[in-house]
Amino acid sequence: MAVSSKGDLSFLPLGDRALLLEAGNTADPETVSRVRALADYLAQLHLPGVLDLVPALCTIGIHYDPEQWRDGSAARSPYELLVERIRTALPDPATLVSSEGHAREIPVCYEADCAADLPALARKLGLSRSQVIDIHSAVEYSVYMIGFAPGFAYLGPLDARLVLPRRKTPRTRVPAGSVAIANQYSGIYPGELPGGWHLIGRTPLRLFDPSRTQPSLLKAGDRVRFSPIDAAKFRRLQSEAQ
Amino acid sequence: MTIEVIRPGLLTSVQDLGRFGMQHFGVPVSGAMDGYALRVANRLAGNEYNAAALEVTLAGPVLEFLDDTLVALTGGDLEAAIDGKPLPMHRPVWVARGRRLSFGRCITGCRAYLAFGGGIDVAPVLGSRSTYVRAALGGLNGRALVAGDRIIVAGNTQAGSARASCSKLRDLPAFSRDGFAAPRWSVQVRTERLLLRPQRIRFVAGRHWEYLKAGVRAAFTSENFQVSASSDRMGYRLEGVRLESGERGEIHSEAVAFGTVQLPPDGNPIVLMADRQTIGGYPRLGEVASVDLPLLAQLKPGDALRFELIDLADAQELAHAQAVALEQIAASIEAGMSE
Repeated sequence: MAVSSKGDLSFLPLGDRALLLEAGNTADPETVSRVRALADYLAQLHLPGVLDLVPALCTIGIHYDPEQWRDGSAARSPYELLVERIRTALPDPATLVSSEGHAREIPVCYEADCAADLPALARKLGLSRSQVIDIHSAVEYSVYMIGFAPGFAYLGPLDARLVLPRRKTPRTRVPAGSVAIANQYSGIYPGELPGGWHLIGRTPLRLFDPSRTQPSLLKAGDRVRFSPIDAAKFRRLQSEAQ
Repeated sequence: MTIEVIRPGLLTSVQDLGRFGMQHFGVPVSGAMDGYALRVANRLAGNEYNAAALEVTLAGPVLEFLDDTLVALTGGDLEAAIDGKPLPMHRPVWVARGRRLSFGRCITGCRAYLAFGGGIDVAPVLGSRSTYVRAALGGLNGRALVAGDRIIVAGNTQAGSARASCSKLRDLPAFSRDGFAAPRWSVQVRTERLLLRPQRIRFVAGRHWEYLKAGVRAAFTSENFQVSASSDRMGYRLEGVRLESGERGEIHSEAVAFGTVQLPPDGNPIVLMADRQTIGGYPRLGEVASVDLPLLAQLKPGDALRFELIDLADAQELAHAQAVALEQIAASIEAGMSE
């Protein structure tokens, strides 16, 4: 397959209307932040016919209209022309800096009704419930990517003491605002969705609202801190958010 | 102009060409499953390619026209009829107020596109009028049609000229006799290609293709697959020979496209369609060539298909040829309307 690289960057096709720009092959924080810096840089280039830029852990999906990338001859494909354009436009990835991202505080109720999987999860991890809560809410996370559902944020890195595979049987319905963990990530369910992550808390914030200019509260690159709240405060904030 | 929904049909929703520019917020593109048919329907109704129309699926709705309305029907032949008389497809049609449009069986394909002169007037959500039911975005209150809904057609757009040039259709005797009138000409469609079984679907190799065992690659390109009953606008689940993805180590979730063929652990490939998620974490066999997505979108559960590997450059040439053909159709429609 046609793979071309610039420094550590490689390009590869994702069908005839999209391509992937790969910034590395391990999902370490360095790669993730390089992906973000590249996505920021690409966004401000406003390349013609580019319809969507989708940053993930190691790659950026670039969706484009191939009709906008033709040079009149059939010698070079729209893919080749667009890749060449991006390669020339990109500076040395080492010199790229990603924007700071917003710092967001997410209030989370870790109490019984909001945390269906917390007791079982704590047992499996050999920790007490309050230890899980302390570990989960102690650090600042980075938003690695948004995906799975509108506004669903993958946050990391998760403390190694909390790493556990997904539930064997996914739930058909996870309540909106559920704060969950699985593998190396923490996430927040923006709406009522099916899901296989372990539910350890719930936030009253609206993570996704199509009437906002930025519909998703979180963006890749934002920094997130969870602050524990009690059930009474959860209910109050929830009724305010409606 | 208003159309009332008497019966909603199995899954009838408002769709345009999709919600682009929002995938980095995790918002799926959605839009018409058969974007080619939607574009043609819109041109026939005097609209821009991207105007909102109805996507009708398998078992169509019953609609009542409360005003004289210019419509165009394309895509699969689902036996559309105005008060029992077959509604001619692939051309503009004036329908008189008080008439009812209903659908029958799937003769070819399974999705029809009903465009209205002026386009459906619903507020765009995040830049598109497409309905995405799972997150209740766009369309009519974010959901498929239900009985009692009223579809409002935008009045004063560029479709005005199409209406004017087609309005003489209303003077034809058929308009008063049958309740609708249509020109003799129509856009040519190759029905036999829609009926081909197994349908031939071309694809471009995906990033994990060369890591798959040779036997798996050979099976994927030589065996027939069937569209499973659990397929929907999000993805087509395929049944046939089970394909082993093998040990590939960790796969990081990343962007997927319309037509990405994923291989989940159960070995049954899934082709991602209009309502696909923005990212996916399964190994990928490849991506369906966009030229064949309209054919794929017209396959219904139980239909057989076969995959054929082509080069990316060829896929892009085919896509270009299709875009050129579409422009020619648009030009011939203009010519037909000014006759």
